[in-house]
Amino acid sequence: MRPDQPLIDWAWIAEHLDDIGLRLVQHLGISALAVAIGLAIAMALALWARRSPGLRGPVTGVTGVLYTIPSLAMFAALVPFTGLTLLTAEIPLVVYTLLILFRNIMAGFDGVPAEVNEAADGMGYRSSERLRQIELPLAVPLIIAGVRLASVSTIGLVMIVSLLGRNFGGLGVLITEGIQTFFATKVYVGAALSVALAVAADLALVALERRATPWAQGVAIDIAQGPIRTPEWIP
Amino acid sequence: MSGPSSPDRTTPSTRAATVAFDHVTKRYPGTRADNPGAVEDLSLEVPAGKICVLVGPSGCGKTTSLKMVNRLIEPTSGRILIDGADAARRDVTELRRSIGYVIQQVGLFPHQTVGENVATVPRLLGWPEARRRERSEELLGLVGLDPATYRDRYPAQLSGGERQRVGVARALAADPPVMLMDEPFGAVDPIVRERLQNEFLRLQADLAKTILFVTHDIDEAIKIGDLVAVMQVGGHLAQFGTPEEILANPASDFVARFVGADRGLKRLALARVESLELRPAITARPGDDAAAARSRILADPFEYLLLVDALDRPIGWLAERQVPTSGVLSEAMAASMSPILDRRTTLKDALAMLIDAEVQAGIVVDRRGVLRGLVTVDMIVERMRSPVAAATSAAGPPG
Repeated sequence: MRPDQPLIDWAWIAEHLDDIGLRLVQHLGISALAVAIGLAIAMALALWARRSPGLRGPVTGVTGVLYTIPSLAMFAALVPFTGLTLLTAEIPLVVYTLLILFRNIMAGFDGVPAEVNEAADGMGYRSSERLRQIELPLAVPLIIAGVRLASVSTIGLVMIVSLLGRNFGGLGVLITEGIQTFFATKVYVGAALSVALAVAADLALVALERRATPWAQGVAIDIAQGPIRTPEWIP
Repeated sequence: MSGPSSPDRTTPSTRAATVAFDHVTKRYPGTRADNPGAVEDLSLEVPAGKICVLVGPSGCGKTTSLKMVNRLIEPTSGRILIDGADAARRDVTELRRSIGYVIQQVGLFPHQTVGENVATVPRLLGWPEARRRERSEELLGLVGLDPATYRDRYPAQLSGGERQRVGVARALAADPPVMLMDEPFGAVDPIVRERLQNEFLRLQADLAKTILFVTHDIDEAIKIGDLVAVMQVGGHLAQFGTPEEILANPASDFVARFVGADRGLKRLALARVESLELRPAITARPGDDAAAARSRILADPFEYLLLVDALDRPIGWLAERQVPTSGVLSEAMAASMSPILDRRTTLKDALAMLIDAEVQAGIVVDRRGVLRGLVTVDMIVERMRSPVAAATSAAGPPG
């Protein structure tokens, strides 16, 4: 970093709003795609494990092992197969969401009070009707809690995608370039915007949850009605 | 019900079905010797429109028996017949939608409003929206919840008693001929429970559904049931009959112990003054000749004279020694009064009133206050010891 340079060069920011905006949208797009695909896969796995409870342990185990692979190592291992492509970027991002999302969806199903399921069965809900009309709506708060965790961690991880190239690197590109050219403003703008993006995504999801679950707002969940249990593993 | 409910039905009907258990057995593999929850060769028939209470200690199989009716549990052997049709041969979804189901924890859907909860089965049956809303409001009114106030609330905003009412309304929504109720009033406090029981009985007087009702509380069973099935651990039916029959003639030591040492007193709660042959009173009016009245009471073992007014309404008692030997009777001579009973007073209440007032006889009057006769403590005690009065049976055990 050059000593004569101001910490933040506001003029540069003003001149490069287009480029910064592009990186921000790119970052959001890569993250959202990863979380969306992760949610779809985790939901499929959860529905499978709901029908065959024996699968729950193995699925948790496998997604847990995948979660422990260092991100840099996974990108590096994929490059020989998928090259410097968006696919190489998305595979690890999706894989890292699976553990969080799968466990939260399962916890959401677990949290449906037993008497609610019994009443639904006794009144003649078919299994698919019970899933769509009772269990999924009641699992929404925990599913969204999982999506919030997965989104924040994915937005952080996308920084590293810039190593795969400038074309789809998101805000990480600003940081990488800032470091390479000893230009502090780029580093700060990239870092600040990624934090802002994570916070904004989190707040948006909280708002979505409020809208989706009017029944859980402003009312104390009474013990006798069967509280929706918060799973013990949520950090 | 042989097909989906007609959406055209607008008022609760009184249709009901008979429910019969025919040698129904449920065994669980590898359970303990006492086999909790198992049912052994259960046969009984509940006539249409009657409440049958399954009562017994925990593990006696009462809840298992109930859940075999809507096939939440499938019997190991035997058949359950609803209006003569084998429940096992019907489509399970259609069967369940034709049976009302109420459980202790209610199990309202927390994410749906009260109105939506009540309309659950109509929605599953595909009733049009407007029709569902109308039905839902009608039922909320029926269970004593103002639709305008409660329709849009969520279950978490209700008290325990209100939830239970919504649960009953939900079970009634598609006008099922049969209702299953598993300890529906078990989770509310005693005062609310008493009120819910009374409301439920009033509702049933109009609806006349066939109801299977599970409880572990013998007092609730006696109060609610037209018929009571006492079950014991191992899933055996210990006795099946009217509350009166079970209290009067327990079939075994188990039943006698289960209904309690005070079963004589419990019987009195089931019988009313109208079931007794009243004892006539010796009466006289103010202005009557005292000597004549005196000679009449001396001829009777019960040496009290009841003064009545011109319309035969009781004024008060005169003991033999208080009746003058000459002259005429006057109102002022009446020294004491007895509790006033009517034909609908239960014998338990009558006995309590007599003991409280420390008198031997209560005065029974009609609606206008006119004397009908006397009830004595001896008559009530005699009734407590008597064998069951056959006329009070709603229905006997089958076979």
